[in-house]
Amino acid sequence: MPDSKYFSTTNRGELFELKQQLNSHSNRSKRDALKQVIASMTVGKDVSSLFTDVLNCMQTVDLELKKLVYLYLINYAKTQPDLAILAVNTFVKDASDPNPLIRTLALRTMGCIQLTRISEYLCEPLRRALKDADPYVRKTAAICVAKLYEVDPALVSEYGFIGVLKELILDSSPMVVANAIAALGEIDDSLPGTLELRPNLVSGLLQCLNDCSEWGQIFIIDAVSSYVPSGTEEAESIIERLLPRLQHANAAVVLSSMKVIVKNLKYIKSVEFARMVQKKLGAPLVTLVSAEPEVQYVALRNINLLVRKYPEILQNEFKAFFCKYNDPPYIKEEKLEILVRLANDDNATKIISECKEYAAEVDVGFVRASIRAIGRIALKIEAAANKCVECLLDLVRTRVVYVVQESIVVMKDIMRRYPNEFEGAIPVLCENLEALDEPNARASLIWIIGEYADRIENIVELVESFLENFQDESVQVQQQLLTCATKVYLKCNGSCKVSLEKILNDSMKNSDNADLRDRAFFYSRLLQTDKELAKSVVLSRKPRIVNSQQDLDDSLLNTLLDEMGSLASVFHRSPHVFLANSKPLPQVSVVDEEWKEQNSEVLSDDILELSLSDKQQVADINHGIGKSSVDELFDLRGAEPTSSQKSSEQNNDLLSLIDDLFSNSATQKNTAVSSEHYESPEKRVRLLLPASKARGLEISGVFTIEGDKVQYILKLQNESNETMRENAIQFNKNLLGMIPSRSKLDVDQLKPKESVICKIDLRYVPSEKDSKKGLIFQMALKNDICGVVYFGDKLDESNLIVFLQAEHIGKLSKQAFLDEWNNIGSSHEVVKRISVPTGVSLPGYFVEKLYPLKVFQVASSPSRLCYFSARVMEEIFILVELHWTDKSNDVELSLRCNSVVELLRIFEHLIERALSK
Amino acid sequence: MAWVQIPLSAFLYFLVGGLSSERNYGGEKGRFGVLLFLLFLVKVSALYILDARGRVLISRNYRGDVPVDVISQVKLKVIEAEDDSSTKPILHDEQRGYSLAFIKVADIFLVAVTRTNANAALMLSFLYRVVLVFREYFKDVEEESIRDNFVLIYELLDEMMDFGFPQSTESKVLQEYITQERHVLESPRPPIAVTNAVSWRSEGVKHQRNEVFLDVIEKVNLLVGANGNLLYSEILGQMKMKSYLSGMPELKLGLNDKLQFEATGRPGQGRAVELEDIKFHQCVRLSRFETDRTISFIPPDGEFELMSYRLSTPMRPLIWVDAMIEFHPYRVNYTINVRAQFKPKYTANSVKIHIPTPPDADTPSFKSASGRVKYTPEKDVVVWSLKHLHGGQELVVRGYFGLPSIPSSENREQAVRRPISVEFEIPYFTVSGLQVRYLKIIEKSGYRALPWITN
Repeated sequence: MPDSKYFSTTNRGELFELKQQLNSHSNRSKRDALKQVIASMTVGKDVSSLFTDVLNCMQTVDLELKKLVYLYLINYAKTQPDLAILAVNTFVKDASDPNPLIRTLALRTMGCIQLTRISEYLCEPLRRALKDADPYVRKTAAICVAKLYEVDPALVSEYGFIGVLKELILDSSPMVVANAIAALGEIDDSLPGTLELRPNLVSGLLQCLNDCSEWGQIFIIDAVSSYVPSGTEEAESIIERLLPRLQHANAAVVLSSMKVIVKNLKYIKSVEFARMVQKKLGAPLVTLVSAEPEVQYVALRNINLLVRKYPEILQNEFKAFFCKYNDPPYIKEEKLEILVRLANDDNATKIISECKEYAAEVDVGFVRASIRAIGRIALKIEAAANKCVECLLDLVRTRVVYVVQESIVVMKDIMRRYPNEFEGAIPVLCENLEALDEPNARASLIWIIGEYADRIENIVELVESFLENFQDESVQVQQQLLTCATKVYLKCNGSCKVSLEKILNDSMKNSDNADLRDRAFFYSRLLQTDKELAKSVVLSRKPRIVNSQQDLDDSLLNTLLDEMGSLASVFHRSPHVFLANSKPLPQVSVVDEEWKEQNSEVLSDDILELSLSDKQQVADINHGIGKSSVDELFDLRGAEPTSSQKSSEQNNDLLSLIDDLFSNSATQKNTAVSSEHYESPEKRVRLLLPASKARGLEISGVFTIEGDKVQYILKLQNESNETMRENAIQFNKNLLGMIPSRSKLDVDQLKPKESVICKIDLRYVPSEKDSKKGLIFQMALKNDICGVVYFGDKLDESNLIVFLQAEHIGKLSKQAFLDEWNNIGSSHEVVKRISVPTGVSLPGYFVEKLYPLKVFQVASSPSRLCYFSARVMEEIFILVELHWTDKSNDVELSLRCNSVVELLRIFEHLIERALSK
Repeated sequence: MAWVQIPLSAFLYFLVGGLSSERNYGGEKGRFGVLLFLLFLVKVSALYILDARGRVLISRNYRGDVPVDVISQVKLKVIEAEDDSSTKPILHDEQRGYSLAFIKVADIFLVAVTRTNANAALMLSFLYRVVLVFREYFKDVEEESIRDNFVLIYELLDEMMDFGFPQSTESKVLQEYITQERHVLESPRPPIAVTNAVSWRSEGVKHQRNEVFLDVIEKVNLLVGANGNLLYSEILGQMKMKSYLSGMPELKLGLNDKLQFEATGRPGQGRAVELEDIKFHQCVRLSRFETDRTISFIPPDGEFELMSYRLSTPMRPLIWVDAMIEFHPYRVNYTINVRAQFKPKYTANSVKIHIPTPPDADTPSFKSASGRVKYTPEKDVVVWSLKHLHGGQELVVRGYFGLPSIPSSENREQAVRRPISVEFEIPYFTVSGLQVRYLKIIEKSGYRALPWITN
């Protein structure tokens, strides 16, 4: 009898009947009743009132019944915590059942009930299970540790389960090893440093890959991906071990292996080896393209990333990315994207004719995408432009309306990119005037006509016919018509004068649209003032347009390549976006509109220069960069991890030394780390705004310290063809109240393709402090070419270090510390448990690690407590309390800060990183 | 009167199969009406099975951190998305901070949802594996079978995934201790295989006749330009094995693989094939293959795909089909030429040629000297079947359809531009030239096994 019957009952007295059945003596009717309970539970009916009755069935030898009861418990234990505790005895008893299946079942279920009270009883059975003779129990126990950690991390450390997990890595059963790695990896997310990957461990893990199940292989490979090889040899051996994995039937194994291989490729010195590896990557990637469509999609999104950095891997395999007839639309879209990326001088012709074939398909969206792809290839590869234009003209001749319109939009870009090269195409394009009903296509064609006004014979007629229906056009077309008519007027010695005047007047007086009105005003005044000047403005050379294919900035690309196969790599977005638990990070792009408005008045007297259609763009800052640069800082600071024995020997000396320092209150003596210890700040600058978003100006920047003053290093790279003058910068109010000492930059002019480094002295102005601005420093830069561009930098760990270094009097007196601590209160407190390396002597270790950060010891008490303080920009205090026990390596870290919580979080990471090294 | 040249840019599918009559592997026809969700935190948080309208059939919350109404959110997204096939298989809900990946098999959805930056490839391949395991247990995976087996499914889901980490997904091994039969006297114990290095096969398998079947199936994708030029060709090959062997047999497979000949330093007798990329079933020792290209493995019991491979060497299609489709006001004429381009000593059996037709065609009338022509209106194709086609042979079939005067669908010409596909089998012949040189079976007990190789 199929189980589906359990879904069908809808009696009124259902619950009552079930209750009776559950309390009957026959296992059979109990089972039937429970199945019905579970069926109700599944469809969302509330059956929690049967909790006690179900519990009564728990003690049974009937395995099926037991499984059903357990299933029920997992779902309802949370809603009935008081009653759930009654189940504990049976759980504990089952956990020592002779049958490993039942032992496992009990353990697994107990772990799933995430109640602290149950967890207390879980520890003892779990401890036994981790040493169970049966690997099936051990592998479940390993995962169970991760479950327990989520409910109560303290219990995990109390019972030393992490240590046991580490022993399980050497277990004889590969599945146990894989699960132990998975569990450690999971705990590592909230307690970094749990999964310590040592060279011999990594090679051991890779060695046992072959014995693991496919999922186990993925756990291990993903864990290894966070390991940084010590040098080129180790990287080579990791790659060699992973290359065979590319032959695995499971696409996830292939992608994970690919990720680790690509990651380690960076450390390879031998060019030959790297080339050999790259050669082996192509074929497996192509094979992924014939996987199931959904898996294929993940693969394609990753290939899209890979070819940006390593186009040579797949350049010869471009045909594999030709769309198949029955590919789902999302696959076709990705393949097109990749084809455009792979296009080069050799294969462009083939790719273009392929795209042309697609333009004859049924799916309109895909057809348009294919046409755009042709256009992008034309913009990207000069040699192929001719062929592209030929293709597009063929497509225009098909007279299929949407094909024609899209082709014209694309043609506009090509004609702008290669001025005066394709004027022969104009007659063909103009044949289709009447058919164009999309504003974008109409506007594009009108732009082309205006641009080539002096080469078209019947230009006046043509434009006049457009102008007749001026009122009926959409705003986009109207704007373009204004421009076009003005161009015609200027180029063809005053033709169209009457109608131009008419539409200008019309737009100035009657239009509701501000952009249109402004444009009309602008042209009309310009024409009235000086016709020659108007010519030089309106007919000036346009900046060269670049391939519109979206480009990720390098650091994001690298981050994503390190995360291949993950969601981030599929969406091409920074990994933290996908973390639900972490607080949403402040978006840099939210530059206050208000400030922008004020600013535009101050900074931009020449707002008219700005193209009216172009919207202000604000860059996204990549948050992923911070990490690596902090690591660099630490390494450079000479705080290299010493072996534990050595450091304990040295600690005493060090302690006394530091004590000396403190007793003198002589922070002067060792003015922390002067700037030459850093890698030169010019090299550390991070991209803030790509050239494409700031009209040809690429902006990078970083905070740094010069003497004891904080400076902002700004690197400007002029990618445009014009010289930029009169550069000025301004900061919005920010968390720390830092603004530039003067707004003018000491850069007279920035020639095309030139880059320059400006050092901006910052000063502290309390009135510029605004804690509502979060961690973002909003900045604006102005010059004569770009107008005003907005961008921002984020206060992250590496920047915070800079600010800490600039402070000399971070040490508070004991009393001041106490007052401040109470003042702040627990609302601005972060408590975290971290673990420090074994064998170090506390609290000396803290002082040693925190002093370079300019976090100073205030006091320490014999009761295993220790206090530190730090200060940022005079008024922001960060107070640290560390509490430890002799038993374990875990230290409780409490932080309080009189500024925003976000700052506290960064500081927390900083300290955690310093201490867990 | 216009001539429409077909194929302009069409894919031709060729199938070269083994002798075995069961070539319909996994050709699932069952209708699905189920939605299946998985939620990953680090990996997966919970798992739901919903029917086509998004109602929950089964839910299994692995981590207890998923709000109940996630389902309704996901439901909306996926069900709405169903109309629009352009929806990507992975979605992200920024506001609520979870992402979901789903697969669609027939009209069933399997959806995995995560709250972290999870391994998307793993999520998707796990979903596919879940369907595979369900299929082994109760054949058709559809709403009805999910309801019929919901207790079993809960057990399986618990066994296949723990706290969001995929565990044991080998259906053969799972079937040994997760069953629907009642165990009155003795409860089952987990088989050793679950945690063993050889997790796909249990010890103590017994068969009366020790047999193993190996089928090579190759699919060819061809892209032909309007002028008949071959633009792109690719061979996708599969090796299907059916193993009925006792004990723990060690198998070694030798192919005429060019790189293997090179690796072993043996001069290749006859033709050797350079396989571009090979994917193996997890039982094959990959590191061994990497070092000396030996394919050695302990097979799972029963049917499985041992390996798949790909070649993109330019090749001439074995059977060339040319379809001339000519539209008239009330009629569409078909002239189909077929030419066998292989050596006369070979014969292709059960040749089936599928030719697309306009959706509104009626009253078919076809004449052919050989074979049968059948119109299949459900799929809008004409199937021309030939029992045999000898090397070098050329055949023609002509016919026409009636057309209503007002086109019912906007694009008849588009419809006939769909790819033409051809299926056939040639015994002991593969397009790629791949040959099985030997299949060695070694078992401790030393029984004699019968390898049946059909490629």
